[in-house]
Amino acid sequence: MEPLVTVGVLSAFVVYGTFVAFVNTDYFVDPYLSPFFSPCLASNCEEATWDLFGTHWGFSPALLILPFPLGFRLTCYYYRKAYYRSFLWSPPACAVSDFRSSYTGETKFPLILQNVHRYFFFLALPFPIILLYDALRAFRFEGEFGMGLGTLILLANAVLLGLYTLSCHSCRHLVGGGINLLSQAPIRRRLWGVSTRLNARHMQYAWVSLFGVLIADLYVRLLANGVFSDPRFF
Amino acid sequence: MSEAVTLRIWRGDAEGGEFREYQTSTSEGEVILDVIHRIQAEQANDLAVRWNCKAGKCGSCSAEVDGKPCLLCMTRMDLFETDETITVAPLKAFPVSRDLVTDVSLNYELAKKVPPFNPVPPEPDGTYRMQQIDIERVQEFHKCIECFLCQNVCHVIRDHDDNKKHFAGPRLFIRVASLDMHPLDATDRKDLLADELGLGMCNITKCCTEVCPENIRITDNAIIPLKERVVSRRYDPVVWLGRKLRSRT
Repeated sequence: MEPLVTVGVLSAFVVYGTFVAFVNTDYFVDPYLSPFFSPCLASNCEEATWDLFGTHWGFSPALLILPFPLGFRLTCYYYRKAYYRSFLWSPPACAVSDFRSSYTGETKFPLILQNVHRYFFFLALPFPIILLYDALRAFRFEGEFGMGLGTLILLANAVLLGLYTLSCHSCRHLVGGGINLLSQAPIRRRLWGVSTRLNARHMQYAWVSLFGVLIADLYVRLLANGVFSDPRFF
Repeated sequence: MSEAVTLRIWRGDAEGGEFREYQTSTSEGEVILDVIHRIQAEQANDLAVRWNCKAGKCGSCSAEVDGKPCLLCMTRMDLFETDETITVAPLKAFPVSRDLVTDVSLNYELAKKVPPFNPVPPEPDGTYRMQQIDIERVQEFHKCIECFLCQNVCHVIRDHDDNKKHFAGPRLFIRVASLDMHPLDATDRKDLLADELGLGMCNITKCCTEVCPENIRITDNAIIPLKERVVSRRYDPVVWLGRKLRSRT
């Protein structure tokens, strides 16, 4: 049952993400920007965060940024476990036979590329900060301070994505796990302690943050299509 | 109060064998090993089962109950329905010696590949000092009781006989982690991990962690940190550049 659920959820997310990226509309309703398009880096954005590529980029601006969080999740140690089990059946479950008769693990191309995970971690690190910036911007409605349901959704999404990123195994290694004498590096020891505590829930953060991104985009999309109006708290 | 129970136990040796059904009784608080001992005493005196402490600390009575690797002495009978037939089989990953006893010597042969603890030179006063924070990480690994359930459930070993000679498996990765992360150890084992112990074969599906009776977080605390150390050695140009610069200054 578990592999089936994993296949269903991950496939649905990939299909939804691809659809959203290529449809390239309805991702901004002032002041909410969908996380699939943040940061928006081209002139053809509905709301440009930073017009880095100007008019040189003619495709969906989501394509400029999505490879980084996608690569981070694809090479993530937790997701690897999830899709090796559910998609590749290697193995489908503990003590259940592998689907394939030969096995080389992550020693050969293409799976040896999983070792680039820490680079995707570096590339994914700015995203929670940018999304937090988006969430803070979402406290302003036509120049006035305010808060709507969308503000809370964007804020929760940024926090969940931050927890997922900082609980990453590569992060845990880089902040202190790679050294044996933590007693001689007090700052790294503290960082490693925090990362270790977060890392224990990496799987939960992986799933919740995935749904967070999905819900945030869906919320903005429904608002943009006028399905309902954003409830304002003040 | 005792209840009737049916066990299907694998009987045989390296040449082959079959499951045989035994009906006996079980009392409140018993574990499967108690029931197997009752069968051994009353119905099958020649039934071979390895056991020692009956407290989950010697790692001798590893077997597969209803297909799940576990310690017979730690698997309570009240986990099963009374009308359920319980299947007990030897560890699948290792050759059967007889009945429920398997030959796990492969693990000891592989362990010979791991260089032992090699202490750094002592301090000027001739002693060694360690801080608790530095040693507590490896203390988790010292809880290992060598039941080899992790080795048995690991699909790299279990389903691929050809990997057995060049894949050390979770038990030995714990061993290497306990040495490589030790604050006083001077030997570098990263190339050994990548080249001879087959760390890259592990695809971190965490079955070893799921079956560990000592609840050692094998994958998160040993295997993945070791993989990250190998990445730093083999695949990280930033670390490589830093090392080069440091060696020139």
